[in-house]
Amino acid sequence: MATDVQVLQRPTLSEGITAFFRSPRAVPYLLLMPAMIVILAVVLVPLLVSFWTSFTSYNLTRPDTLYNFVGLRNYQRLLGNDEFWWAFGRTFLFVTITLNVEMMLGLGLALLVNKITYGQRALRTIMMFPMMFSPILVGFQFKYIFNDSIGLVNNALFDLGLITQPIPWLVDGTLANFSIMFAEVWMSTSIFAILLLAGLMALPKEPIEAAKVDGCNPWQVFRHITLPFLMPFVYIAMTIRSLDVARAYDMIRIMTNGGPAGRTELIWTLMTRTGYQNSQMGAANAMGYVSIILSIVFTFYFYRKLTAARTFMGGAQ
Amino acid sequence: MSRLSIEKPWQRWLIRFGVFVAMAILCVPGLWVVLTAFRPNIEVLARPAVWIPQNPTLDNFARLFGLSSAQQGLPVAQYFVNSLVISITSTLVAVVIGMAGGYAFARYRFKGKATLFLAFMLSRTVPGVALSLPLFIIWARLGIIDTSFGLIVVYMAINIPFTIWLTDGFFRQIPVDLSEAAQIDGCTPWQAFWRIEFPLARSGLASAAIFAFLTSWNEYALASQLTRTTASKTMPVGLMDFTAQFTVDWTGMSAMAVLIIIPALVLTFIVQKHLIAGLTFGGVK
Repeated sequence: MATDVQVLQRPTLSEGITAFFRSPRAVPYLLLMPAMIVILAVVLVPLLVSFWTSFTSYNLTRPDTLYNFVGLRNYQRLLGNDEFWWAFGRTFLFVTITLNVEMMLGLGLALLVNKITYGQRALRTIMMFPMMFSPILVGFQFKYIFNDSIGLVNNALFDLGLITQPIPWLVDGTLANFSIMFAEVWMSTSIFAILLLAGLMALPKEPIEAAKVDGCNPWQVFRHITLPFLMPFVYIAMTIRSLDVARAYDMIRIMTNGGPAGRTELIWTLMTRTGYQNSQMGAANAMGYVSIILSIVFTFYFYRKLTAARTFMGGAQ
Repeated sequence: MSRLSIEKPWQRWLIRFGVFVAMAILCVPGLWVVLTAFRPNIEVLARPAVWIPQNPTLDNFARLFGLSSAQQGLPVAQYFVNSLVISITSTLVAVVIGMAGGYAFARYRFKGKATLFLAFMLSRTVPGVALSLPLFIIWARLGIIDTSFGLIVVYMAINIPFTIWLTDGFFRQIPVDLSEAAQIDGCTPWQAFWRIEFPLARSGLASAAIFAFLTSWNEYALASQLTRTTASKTMPVGLMDFTAQFTVDWTGMSAMAVLIIIPALVLTFIVQKHLIAGLTFGGVK
C-alpha cells in the first residue's frame, strides 16, 4: 500500500517542507495537491465570489456596486418573482421528465439490442453517435429539423399529405417545450442505452436459468433478476447524466433562447439573460446559487444510490 | 442467452424492426445536417422539398474558409485552431493531474478520503452557466478574459474530477502485487509505476483523455461568456455567428457543424472499445 513513499521524496520537493510532508501519510495529499489547487482556484473561489455577489446589487455597468451589500434582497426578490418560479418549475419538470423518459427508452433500447446477435457492435457504434455531439450542435440540428418552413419534419408531413398548414414546432409554446425535450432525449438516451447494454452483457446466466427451471415467466425473470442486477448501471448512468443536466442550456440557447414569449425559459436561460443582458449580476448569481443547489441535490442523490449499489455488488461478488 | 430466450419468428422480426426504427431516429438528424452541408442554399429553401441533393457542392466549406468570393469570410480557420489548442492543452494537463489524483484514491487510505472524493464530484456538478457568472467577473479583473489561457484553466477544472473518477476505477483494477513484485525485483516505486501500472492503465487513461477532449471541444456555456473575439473564440461559439435576429444561414451552419463533429467522430471510433469499459468499470467494480 504505502510503499510508493519515496516517489515524492525527490530532493526538489523535500526542500523546506515540514515533517508531515516527509512522512508517508503525506503522499496521497501531495498527489492530490495539483487537482485541489485547480478546483480551488476555478470552482471554489468563484463560488465564494458568486456567493458574495448574490448579496450585493452588483451591476456590470457600474463596477463599484460590487461592494454594495444589500443583504437578502436579491433572494427576497427571487421568491416574489413569478418569472423565476415559472422558470424554476419548468426546469424541475424538464429534468424530471427527460431523465425518466431517457431511462425508459434507454432500457428498452438496451433490451432490444441485447436480443440482436448479428451486428451488435455496429449497433453500439451507432448508439454512441449522439454522445459525440456538442449540445450546441444538437440544438442547431433540431432547430433546423423542427423549423416550420424548411424543416425536415414539416417537409415530410407535407409530402406525405398529412398536413396542409406548417406546424409551428418552435413558435408555439407547448410544441416548443415538446421540441426541446425531444432534442434533450435524443441527445442523452444513448448514455443510458450503452451503459445498460454493458450491464446486460455482464449479466450472469445461472440465476436466470435457475429461475426458468423453477417456472418463472419472462416478466418475473426481468422484474426479480435482470432489473436488480441492472440497478447499479442505472445509477451510474443517472449520476453521469445528472452531472451534466445544465448542458441543456446550450441546446435551448440556440433552439428557442427561452422563447416564444418566455414559454421555454428555464432557470439557466433566465440566469444569463439577467446577468449578461440586463447586467444584474447580483440577482443572476442568486439564481445561480439556486441552480447549483438543484444540480447538487440531483447528483448527490444518485451518487448515494450508486455507492450503496456498489457496496452491495462488492458483497455479492 | 439465445438458448434461454427462444423467440418466435414474428417476435424476432418485431425486435429487428424496433431496433431499425430506433437507429433511424438516432442517425437521420445528423445525416440530414451533413447532407445540407453539401447543398446549395436554394435547395434548402425549395418548396416542395428536395430530398436528395441535386447539385452537391463544396461551396459552403469554401465559404467558411474565405475561399469563395461570395459574401462573408468568417474566421472559421482561426476558431478551429483555437478549439484544437484549447482542447488539447487542457486535456493533457487534466489527465496528468487527474491521474495523480485517481492513483491517490485507488492506492492509499487517508483521512477525509470519502469526503474529498465527493467534493471533487460535486465540483463537477456546478452548472457551467452558473459558474460562468463569477468567472466572468474574476477573469475580467485578472485580464484573462478572451484569452486561450483563461479558457484552458477553466476546462482543466471541469475535466479533472471526471478523470479522477475514471482513473480511480482503472487503477483499482490493477492488483497491488504487481507493483510490489517489481519493487522487490529492484525497481523504485517511481519506476514500478511507469513500467507496470501505467501501461496497464493506459486504456483507462485513453478513455479519460477522450472524455476530457470531447467535453472541452463541445463546451459552449462557459466559452460563450469568456471569449469575445477571434483571439479565443472556439468552434461552438463561432457557430452562433451564423444566426442573426431573423435569418439563419442554414447551409453555412451545417458545414461548420460537420467541421465540429469530424474530429469528435474520428476520436470516438478509435477508442470506442475503451470508452464503454471506462464508464462501467470505473463505476461498478
